Formats: sequence, structure tokens, C-alpha cells
Amino acid sequence: MSAEDIKRLGRKFRKEIIDTSDRLGMDTALVTKESLVEVLTYLRDDEKLQYNMLRHLTCVDYLHREPRFEVVYALYSVSRRQQVVIKAPVTEDDPVIDSIHHLYGCANWAEREVWDMYGIRFKGHPDLRRILLYEEFEGHPLRKDYEKQASQPRVELLRAERDAFEEFKTYHLGEPAEGSRV
Amino acid sequence: MVDTNHDMDTAGIHTAPMLLNMGPSHPAMHGTVRMVLTLDGETVIKCDAEIGYLHRGFEKECEHSTWTQVFPYTDRLNYVSPLLNNFGFALAVEKLLEIEATPRCNYIRTIMGEVARLSDHLTCMGAGSLELGGFSGFLYAIEARELVWDLIEEVTGARLTVSYGRIGGLKNDLTADFAERWKVVRERVLRIWEDINRLLTKNRIFLDRMEGTGVISQADAISYGLTGPMLRSTGVDYDIRKDKPYFAYGELDFDVPVGTRGDNYDRYLVRLEEIRQSIRIIDQALLKLPDGPVNCDDPRVVLPEKERVYNSIEGMINHFKLVFEGIQVPAGEIYSYTEGGNGELGYYIVSNGTGKPWKVSIRSPSFYNMCPISKFVEGGMVADIIPTFDTINMIGGEIDR
Repeated sequence: MSAEDIKRLGRKFRKEIIDTSDRLGMDTALVTKESLVEVLTYLRDDEKLQYNMLRHLTCVDYLHREPRFEVVYALYSVSRRQQVVIKAPVTEDDPVIDSIHHLYGCANWAEREVWDMYGIRFKGHPDLRRILLYEEFEGHPLRKDYEKQASQPRVELLRAERDAFEEFKTYHLGEPAEGSRV
Repeated sequence: MVDTNHDMDTAGIHTAPMLLNMGPSHPAMHGTVRMVLTLDGETVIKCDAEIGYLHRGFEKECEHSTWTQVFPYTDRLNYVSPLLNNFGFALAVEKLLEIEATPRCNYIRTIMGEVARLSDHLTCMGAGSLELGGFSGFLYAIEARELVWDLIEEVTGARLTVSYGRIGGLKNDLTADFAERWKVVRERVLRIWEDINRLLTKNRIFLDRMEGTGVISQADAISYGLTGPMLRSTGVDYDIRKDKPYFAYGELDFDVPVGTRGDNYDRYLVRLEEIRQSIRIIDQALLKLPDGPVNCDDPRVVLPEKERVYNSIEGMINHFKLVFEGIQVPAGEIYSYTEGGNGELGYYIVSNGTGKPWKVSIRSPSFYNMCPISKFVEGGMVADIIPTFDTINMIGGEIDR
């Protein structure tokens, strides 16, 4: 059934779909990154499709290949029990793609992780901070050109507090924290 | 969402919101996670969770190991049920290799997987009881978990970091007396289950803390990608073991318990019932356990018998190449998913046709279950965070990788 969904998608978005595949039983469509939000909205909201759950969001770095990155969205329809995978290519020069946090709640953290690990920026994301690593980390460790044993510069202990504490001071108490960046 | 513009000037007393750091080292924050709470009195008006304190670079390490060397790393994801992680990874690579495990292997994976699920659920319930002040509930659950871990130790040789899965098979077969030992363990676990049930399920204090706290609606739960007991407690019967049966689940009879309200108490009840269902699955699988080899007959994947390695040049070369160059997995990519202890455990793996994975990405259930944490706790009391955080059952190793 999910193979038919991909065909349906192909008929609806003739120009936007670059490629489709069903290798190893995984129905996949490669779409342009400009049309991503439109395609996902269609998949989520169409009566006959109902892909209402975002199973997984990740990115693959194909170094030395153009376009270098592929952002991967595994969607699932809980009611129809079907899965499709949507991929969108992202180039190294312009590592930006539209955020889908308004379509799927879990995309918020998942996109933060992809930003953290691969340095893909999600346009429109409300809170694109690093999630697993710390703010001062230099580079994006899951990029293939990041050496596994690469060392990080020593972080001077900040006199300022960060993140939630800083925000609290600024917005709730009306006074910025010491050394605040806000 | 809660109204953050609270009227802080009630009855002429000037009050201001307060900031509270919970964690990263806090007895109730199992694993290490920091929650920054903005409080109005005892009401949480904003919650920001900070994860990553246990980040060890799992995915980067995997990219520099052979496919088989990934197994010890998967042990350290959800360290309460490492067997499920092992089998999930093995299944993903087998899909890429387009090979199938033997029937006996599938049954053993089912059995051991459910044993691991028992350990996962018992730990979650025991810790939950402890954090709400019921120390005896914890002792009972941990006693049952010890019995389960003894069983795991007997088969795999380790209690926690088992590394029992292999691509195309298993490290070894079940021990000869496994069925007998299971019979003993089963009786005692069921008795303890009764004890926990009597101790907690209708306990006034327990009910007061669990009922109606940490509620999430069905639509939100789906949108946030919650899976496992978290999603089932809202009434969605989503269980990969039923929806897309893998291993031997398609041939076994079991029920998927669902809740109705999506609160902490329902999540507790779902886990309670799942323990019984797991026991049911193991019983049936042991009866149906087919004979035959545990490893599939494929020299590209499975190490040859020691007899051949020591006595024939072909066997030795085969062994050498598999260990040093690794299993050669054809280029391709797959998203493979199994039902882990806390929900959907997915592996998105990409191979470029060499002995090392190009990418191993984990869809860890804890990560997605923790994502709506602010939705769970905002508007509630500080004390409600404790049972909510427990039924989410966040495992540090899995969420931070």
C-alpha cells in the first residue's frame, strides 16, 4: 500500500520528486528541499494517506558526493499501519532546510539533534540550540570530515549563566543575567 | 499550554517566579538530565530539559568499527534491556544483507527479548514505587529483576552488557536446562507480580500520585512520536510486534494492553499487564522452540566452526577475513524497527559496501518520549514530575547515545 502512496505522491508532485525507490521493501521518495514542507503536509493531512507520526528524522553525510547531505524523514501512519521514507538533498554550501516542527511535535528535538551533529540549519525552528553537546563545541561531529579523535578547545568557565537561566532572568525578572548574550 | 502571566500579586503579598534546577545529579533524575523549572509556588509554569550529559559519541564510534563490533556499543544504549538492542541491530543488518535467521534463532531471540523486556518493566515499576515512597515495592521488583538477570547471565555469560546478538545468529544456543530454570523463575516472578499488584495498584497514596498526572492526549502523543507503553496508555494499540511481526511474534498469541486516559496510572497498568503478556509469550515460545542450528549457514556472515579454523586453510582464511575486514554488507540503506522496552527502537543504517557501517542512526524511544516533557509537567505541581518522569522511563544511555 505504501508503494501506491509513493505513486500517488509522484502524480501529485511531478516536478518536485527527484527519484523514488522501493529497495529492500522501504518505499522512499527523494524530494527537493523547497517542496519538503508541502509534501509532508500533504502526506499528513490527506484523508487517504494519514501519515500522522514522524518515526525518525536524521541526516546522512555522503562526503564527496553532490549534494553532500540527505535529510531523512521516516513517516508512519498509525491508523493505516504504513511507512514511507522521504529524503531531501541538502548541499554543503547552503546547509539550510525548512523546519517541520509545526507538523510534527517531535521534530523540534530531532531537528536540534541534526543541527548539533551535522550542522544543517532548520529555517523557522523556534529554538535551534545544540541538544547533546555544549554551546562552545566547535564543528559538527557526525560530519565525515570531522576527525574521530579531534580535540576541542578548552572552554573558559563562563561567568555568565546560559540558556534557560538566562532567559528566566531576562523575561521573568526583567533583568539580564550577568554577561548575558540576550 | 499554561498561562505564564500569572498574577503574582495575590492578597497583597508580593511573589515572584522562582527558578529551580532539578538535576543533572538528582536521585530522581535517573541517568543524568537537567530540568530547569520556573515555578510559581509549587506550580510548574515552564520546564526546559537539558539532555546530553551521557553523550559518548555512539554513532561516530560505530562508523569506525566493523559491523560486528557495534554490538557491545548497542548494549550500552538501553542498559536495562540490552538484549533487545542487540537483536534490533542484528535484524537491521540482516535486512541489508538480505539473509534470514534460522527458525530456532528467531525463537530464541523472541524468548530472550521478552526476558529483557521483563527486566525493563520491573525496573521501571520498582523505581517508580521507590520514588513515591514505597520502598518495599522497589525491593520486590528488584528481587524479580535479579531472578531474570540470573537467567540472562546463565545464557549469555553477563548480566548487563551481554553482547549476545550476532549478525545471522547468536553468540550461543540456550543452555540445556533453560526451560527448567525458566519454570522456577516464572513461578517466582508471577508471585512477586501478585505482591506488587496488591501493594501498589489500589494503594491510596500511589493512586493519588499517579492518577490524572502527566496526562497527554492521543493526538499529541502521536504528533510527538511517543511509542511503547506511553502511546498505548492513550488508547492506541500500536505495537510493532503485532503490526509488523518480526522474529517469531507472528506465530505466538498475545494481547496488547491499552489504556484510556494517557496518565501515569495507565502507563503503570500497561506495563503491569505487559509483564504478564511477556511471560505468556516466553511460555508459548519455549513449547514451540524448533530444533536446528542457531546460526544461519552463510560463510559471508557467520564465523566458521573452531574445528575448521584450526584444521583447514579455508576455514582459517574465512575466520581471518570476517574478523579483520568485517562482514561485507552490500551498499544500501534501511530503516529497521523493533519493539524495545520503552517503545519503537529503530536503526537507520547506511552501508557503502564495506566492512564498516557508513552510518548507524538510532531512533531511541527515550529521546522521542522525553521530547514533550514540557507538555507533561507544565501546569502541574513539582511533585508530579517524579511519577511522570518515572513512567516516561528515560534511560540515559539511550537518550544521549
